[in-house]
Amino acid sequence: MTPAVATGEPLLKIRELDKHFGPVQALYHVDLDVPPGQVTALCGDNGAGKTVLTKCIAGIYQIDHGQVSWEGHAVHIHNARDAARLGIETVYQDLALADNLDIVQNMFLGRERLRNGLLDEDSMERSAAETLSSLRVTTVRSIRQPVASLSGGQRQSVAVAKAVMWNSKLVLMDEPTAALGVVQTRMVLDLIRRLRDKGLAVMVISHNLNDVFEVADNIAVLYLGRMAVHDKASNFDRQSVDEYMTTGGLGRSSGRPAKDS
Amino acid sequence: MADPLKTADITGNAAADLTAAAPEAAVAELPPEVVAQSLGEYVRAYVARIRAGESGVLPVVLAMVAIVLVFQVISPNNVYLSPGNLVNLFQQSAVIMVLAMAEAFALILGEIDLSIGFVGACGAAITVQLIQPATTNWPWPLAVLAGLLFCLVFGAIQGTLITRLHLPSFIVTLAGYLVANGLFLKILLFGPFSGYPNLIGQTDNLHFIYNLMWGTIDPVVSWIGAGVVVAALGGFIWFSDSRRRTSGLVAPPASLSLIKIGLIAVVAIVVVGICNLNRGVLIVQEGVPWVIPIVLAVLGAWTVLLGRTKYGRYLYAIGGNPEAARRAGINLARVRTIAFMLCSFTAGIALLLYASYLNGMSNNVQAGYYVLYAVAAAVIGGTSLMGGRGKPLHGVLGGLVIGAIYNGMYLLALSFEWQYIVIGLVLLAAIIIDAVARRGSASGSVTRI
Repeated sequence: MTPAVATGEPLLKIRELDKHFGPVQALYHVDLDVPPGQVTALCGDNGAGKTVLTKCIAGIYQIDHGQVSWEGHAVHIHNARDAARLGIETVYQDLALADNLDIVQNMFLGRERLRNGLLDEDSMERSAAETLSSLRVTTVRSIRQPVASLSGGQRQSVAVAKAVMWNSKLVLMDEPTAALGVVQTRMVLDLIRRLRDKGLAVMVISHNLNDVFEVADNIAVLYLGRMAVHDKASNFDRQSVDEYMTTGGLGRSSGRPAKDS
Repeated sequence: MADPLKTADITGNAAADLTAAAPEAAVAELPPEVVAQSLGEYVRAYVARIRAGESGVLPVVLAMVAIVLVFQVISPNNVYLSPGNLVNLFQQSAVIMVLAMAEAFALILGEIDLSIGFVGACGAAITVQLIQPATTNWPWPLAVLAGLLFCLVFGAIQGTLITRLHLPSFIVTLAGYLVANGLFLKILLFGPFSGYPNLIGQTDNLHFIYNLMWGTIDPVVSWIGAGVVVAALGGFIWFSDSRRRTSGLVAPPASLSLIKIGLIAVVAIVVVGICNLNRGVLIVQEGVPWVIPIVLAVLGAWTVLLGRTKYGRYLYAIGGNPEAARRAGINLARVRTIAFMLCSFTAGIALLLYASYLNGMSNNVQAGYYVLYAVAAAVIGGTSLMGGRGKPLHGVLGGLVIGAIYNGMYLLALSFEWQYIVIGLVLLAAIIIDAVARRGSASGSVTRI
C-alpha cells in the first residue's frame, strides 16, 4: 500500500468538475476521490454521466471547469497520452481491441518496443506472457492467436492485462461485466480484486448492483450529472443505492449531503 | 522436442473460461503458449485454420497449379511451360504484382485507390520524358526520383483529402484517376515525340530504363545471387525461430522451419534454373531478368515495413479497429496519409516497369484496367477488401495468377473482349471467396513472425 492511504490522500481527487456538450450540462460540480488499493464503484442510471466522467479522467474529453489532482498535485489531462503518463488506464466497454491483431500485438498497441528500429517481438511476447500469468489469465490457447478467436471473458482479460501492463496506478473499467455470462463475470470480478490486492486503484462503472456490492470498497452515485452520494460501500445497502440512482437522494429529499466521507 | 511445460490440448475448448478460477490450478500459472508443438500438430492446426476460412496462400497456389496445367494442355504446341514463355509470363505479371503490392496499402486500411494506374503512369512518363537525349537528357537516377516524387505528392494530396476531410477514398481516387489520366496525356505531349516518348536510343539512361524489364543477369551471377538470398533468408528464419524456441516463445517446430527454408530454396532453384535455360530463338538469351530481383526487393521492403515496423503494425490496427488504434494514441490521419503516399509511390515503380516493358510511354497504356487487375491480384492472393488483412506476398501470388491467365489467353489468341470478361470473372470469384472465408472467421490473422 502506498502511504497515500495512511495520510488519507486520495490518488485522484476531483473537485467541482463541470462538463457540457453544447447546451447539455453533462456533469455539474462533481466531486470524487479515488483512493489507491481500493475499488471505487461509479453507479448511476443511463445518462447520469458515468461515461462522460470516465472519459474526462481518461483524457478523451476536456473538462470545462474544476480541479483534478493526482497524487496531491494539480494536473491537466489533455489526451489519452497524458492520462497514460500519469498511470491512468481505461478498459472501455467495447474493449478497443483490434480483432485482426494477436494478443501480444493488442497489448502493446501504440507502445511497441523496438530493437534496431524494428519491432522487438520476443521481448514484447515475454512481457505480455508475464503480465497475463501474473493475473492468472491462463486459458488462452496461444498468446499469438488473433483476438477475434477469443471468448468474451478472454477479451475482457486481455483488455485488463493491457491496461495494467504499464505500471498503471488507476484502472478505469466501463461496464466490465455487461456482456458476460455468470462464470465469466466471476472471473472478471476476481481479476478486479487481484488488481486491488496489487495496490492499484480501480474504478468500476457499473449499474449491476450485484457486481458493485461484491467488489466495491467505495460507492459513488451520479444522478443527472451531479454526484448524489459518495461513501464507503459498507454504509449502503442495495435499496439505498437503488434509490440514489433513480431519484438522486433518499426519500426523494437530498437527505444526505453529496459529499464523501 | 515438445516442451512438457506446455499444455497439449490441441482440440482446445474454444468456449473455455478466461481465467483459471480455482487457485489450485497451479499448472495454469505458466505463461500461455502455443499448443501445437510438433509438425503433426501444426498440420492439424493448419487444416483447422483452412476450415475456419483462414486459408493463407494455399488456395492461390493450388489455383495457380490448375491454371498452369490447363493452359499447358490447350496452348498451341504446349508452349505455355517453355522457358521463353515462363519468363515472358513473369515479365507480364511483374507490373500487376508491384501494382497489387501498392494497392495493399489502401486495402489493409479498408480503403481503395483507383488512381494508382494513371498516377504511376504520370510518374513513369515524367521519367521517360526527362531522360530523352533530344530534350532534357537527365541522368536516370534523377529522372526516376522526379517521377516517384510526383507519385508521392499526388498520393499525399489524395491521402490528405481522404483523411483530413473524411472524404470517401473511392470518390477521391476516382477523381484522381481522371485528373491523372489527363495529366498523363499532357505529359506525353511534351517534346518532339508525337505523344510517344520512347526508350530507343543509345544513351545509358535510356538503356537503364529499358533494362528494368528486358535486361538479364549473367547466369553465373544469377546462381550466386540466388544462393546468397536463400542463405540469408534461410539463416534468418532458422536463427530467429530457434532463438524463440529456446527462450520458450511461440515458435514453429524445427521441422517446419526447415520445410520453409527448403521451399524457398526450391523456388529459387526452379526460377533461376528456368531463366538460365537458353530461351532465345535466333540468338542466345539466358539469365534472370532484372525485373525479378526488382519485384523481390519491393516485396522484401514492404514485407519488413508491414510486418516488423511500428508503421506496419499501426496500419493493420487501423484496418482492424480504427477506434482501438485511436485510443492507443496512434495518429490515424498521419498513418493513413502515408499509406496513400506509399501506394502511389509503389505504383510509380510498377508503371516504370510498364514503361520499360512497352519500350516507352504512349496513350496505349492501359492504366485503368491495370488498377482493377491489381485489386483482383491482391484479393486473389488473400488480401481482404474489408481491411485489416493482407500482405505484399498476396499481391505477388495474385499477380502471378492474373498474369498466368492473361498470358494463356494471349497464347490462345483470344480477343481482348474475352480477356476482360475472364479476368473480370476471376476478380468476382476472388471477392466471393473472400466474403465466404470471412463468414467462416470473423477476421483473419495478420503477419506473424
